[in-house]
Amino acid sequence: MKNVPAVLPRWIDVVLLPVLNVLMALGAAGLVVWAIGQNPFTAVQLLVQGAFGSALAWSYTLYYTTNFICTGLAVAVAFHCGHFNIGAEGQGTVGGLGVGLVLLAGDAWLPGWLLVPLALAGGLLSGAAWAFVPAWLQARRGSHIVITTIMFNFLASTLMVWLLVNVVKVPGNQAVESRLFAPGAVLPSAQAMFAALGIEWPDTPLNLAFAIALLACVGVWAMLWHTRLGYALRTVGLAAGAARYAGIDPRRLTVVALCISGALAALVGVNEIAGVHHKLLLDFVAGAGFTGIAVALMGRNHPVGIVLSALLFGALAQGGSELVFEMPAFTRDMSVAVQGFVVLFCGALALLLRPPVAWVYGRLAKGPAA
Amino acid sequence: MSSELAVELRGIHKRFGTVHANRGVDLSVRRGSVHGIVGENGAGKSTLMSILYGFYPADEGRIAIDGEPVVLRGTHDAITHGIGMVHQHFMLVERFTVLENVVLGAEQGFALAKSLAAARRELQRLADEFGLAVDPDARVSELPVGALQRVEILKALFRGARILILDEPTGVLTPQETEALFRVLATLKARGVTILLITHKLKEILAVTDRVTVMRGGSVVADRETAQTGEAELAELMVGRQVQRSGLHAARERGELRLQAEGLDWRDAAGVLRLQGVSLSLHAGEIVGVAGVSGNGQSELLALLSSLQPLQQGHLRLRDDDGAWLEFDAAHPGDPHRLRRLGVAHVPEDRHRLGLVLGFEAWESALLGYVDDSTVKRGPFVAGAAARAQCRQMMEEFDVRPRNERLGSSKFSGGNQQKLILAREFRRAPRVLLIGQPTRGVDIGAIEFIHRRIVALRDAGCAVLLVSTELDEILALADRILVMSGGRITGELARSEADETRLGCLMGDARAAA
Repeated sequence: MKNVPAVLPRWIDVVLLPVLNVLMALGAAGLVVWAIGQNPFTAVQLLVQGAFGSALAWSYTLYYTTNFICTGLAVAVAFHCGHFNIGAEGQGTVGGLGVGLVLLAGDAWLPGWLLVPLALAGGLLSGAAWAFVPAWLQARRGSHIVITTIMFNFLASTLMVWLLVNVVKVPGNQAVESRLFAPGAVLPSAQAMFAALGIEWPDTPLNLAFAIALLACVGVWAMLWHTRLGYALRTVGLAAGAARYAGIDPRRLTVVALCISGALAALVGVNEIAGVHHKLLLDFVAGAGFTGIAVALMGRNHPVGIVLSALLFGALAQGGSELVFEMPAFTRDMSVAVQGFVVLFCGALALLLRPPVAWVYGRLAKGPAA
Repeated sequence: MSSELAVELRGIHKRFGTVHANRGVDLSVRRGSVHGIVGENGAGKSTLMSILYGFYPADEGRIAIDGEPVVLRGTHDAITHGIGMVHQHFMLVERFTVLENVVLGAEQGFALAKSLAAARRELQRLADEFGLAVDPDARVSELPVGALQRVEILKALFRGARILILDEPTGVLTPQETEALFRVLATLKARGVTILLITHKLKEILAVTDRVTVMRGGSVVADRETAQTGEAELAELMVGRQVQRSGLHAARERGELRLQAEGLDWRDAAGVLRLQGVSLSLHAGEIVGVAGVSGNGQSELLALLSSLQPLQQGHLRLRDDDGAWLEFDAAHPGDPHRLRRLGVAHVPEDRHRLGLVLGFEAWESALLGYVDDSTVKRGPFVAGAAARAQCRQMMEEFDVRPRNERLGSSKFSGGNQQKLILAREFRRAPRVLLIGQPTRGVDIGAIEFIHRRIVALRDAGCAVLLVSTELDEILALADRILVMSGGRITGELARSEADETRLGCLMGDARAAA
């Protein structure tokens, strides 16, 4: 391993390696497709077509992307403070519950322009509150946040079932869900917004929450790297001892960071409840909280990276379901397996190719000089 | 001719990325001699010894042991060739006994009992032959530092070492323990063991070595018979220019009382009493040195005085700007933020864990503790441009190299990291300075600079508490010296009555009793 540069140019770490990792994941997925007797190249073509082939495809992809951005940001903010928040699933659920309850309570008598922001605030506060309890337990009692947040996922889902069955269920309806919100008391869909601009857009779940998620990215970026709070938060994450030395209380920051994290996860609830379903129902987070861990990992906990990796996972979700539809031998489970490969190669094995790439770069960089 | 040489290194090169740690190093060590290797931090001593011990291969160059060319593919090869190493930080399993530690990694066969019985006999033989008495059944966690070092040496000898590398062996020893170590080295030498001694303490080189090699910037700059050189020449060779280490001291009138601690007791999380009835006072315009072997309560004392740890027993008084006294005790804790605003600056012992955030860029580390300063505070935001300009200015003033405020804090050398911390803590003209191990891991050139700055701060009227395990440093800077041992203050000496022997006795004091 002579003359291997220890420091590589940024473009290799930021662009080349992730692209190679995705290609490796696709290669592995291709082997699976080939093993079931299908043509891997057709599969990739169908997948890409399904995710990006039309305005409709794009719209669905971006809808999935929205959730992944929110949970990715949630995981990243906690991570910058040195904590592993596995509870985005539950925080998203309770966030959605907060949104739904505000809308159910107010849609009969409050105007939409007032009610929707209130619902948004209600959702964020609920998500933050759901994250507050494990954070407080970690800060004051030393209960490990990985354990408590995962437990709180189960609590959140049980709480939803209980509420929907016993409290907000519509009498006489077999489905476990609330009534629909009033039409004016929801987030506008992409179709409606584009129509206002005179652009024709297909009817999809994509809604204003996507823009809110992008705004959240900018907010998280500014918060982490340009505010005193973000400075303190990163200090705690990188060196808790140095934080205490600087007069920053790591316990307080743990609580603050996890509350922000919970509020970001709650945006999934905003998207799904106020933007898509327009009613309270079960399991609307649908695993986005866990995918968010992979998104944050792959996006290197930076908002720009998170948007890109969320887009990748959004495309896999949308393209994958198209592929299941177009290629019957390719089942739903295989679509999940493909996502698994992406997590494996882009997350867990993210640095697998770094040594050989560094070696090649070392040879090439030396080439002209020699 | 070559068979007289125990170790022969020729043209050793080693690069780490862009760093050229060893540039064509030649080294010849006579069999049965004590050979010193001196140099500043980053001079390449440790890299060279790691190559000799098989930790990593050299990029170029040849190694010969006892005149035979060898290839060292790992530490295992080095041990096979009779090379042993005693690391600066002991590599011992605390909960194991001495015997278990010695056998560790050299067990024979499946069952342990047989190895242990054989090892016990061998250990006894080595202890007798080399005068290295250690109880084989003592738990390592219960042994004093000097004994741990003997265990490390025994470990190496047990594996058949005939060439022993000692990396900064005296850093953690009292002067008396150091002397005991030197006696052991003399016995080892008399029995034909070759010793390579890496150190930055020139006095030790002059006291025990036969020959000395000076390294600077990855190369050998000189190779001398010890008898034919002196401290001044070696220091100059190491730094590459003349070094002045005296003349800092000028007695002065001390001013008002600034900080007072009374009856401080402190127990750690395990319930062990780490401080016991510590009282001290600190006046404006004086440097009070706290001497002691590391681990005798100095760190805990600094943590309490700077409010990094809450007080448990006793109290602390601090005089503020207007001359009013502020009281702190267990019920009225201070916090580092508040103390900083009261003009208490703290340069922590552990600069990597406390003083800096290694994952931050230099300008971010330069804000640590001062992010609420009006110069960089813009509402909830940090004025990045202003903070970076401020950092550039600090780097200029304290000669931090490279002058790049966007460089990661971990990319600076130890001396430059320390200068950055000093720049941050000194620039607000503190009324009280708590400073721990200011020059640990810092090269000689920077030591001089740092000492001058501390003295300048005192001359400006600051009350300085200096905690250091380097007696030279305490003697060079302190106006008054407190000695700590076993969590107590075992003595107080005026600078004029202090010398190494007296301090050494006080430092060893409670340890012998405990």
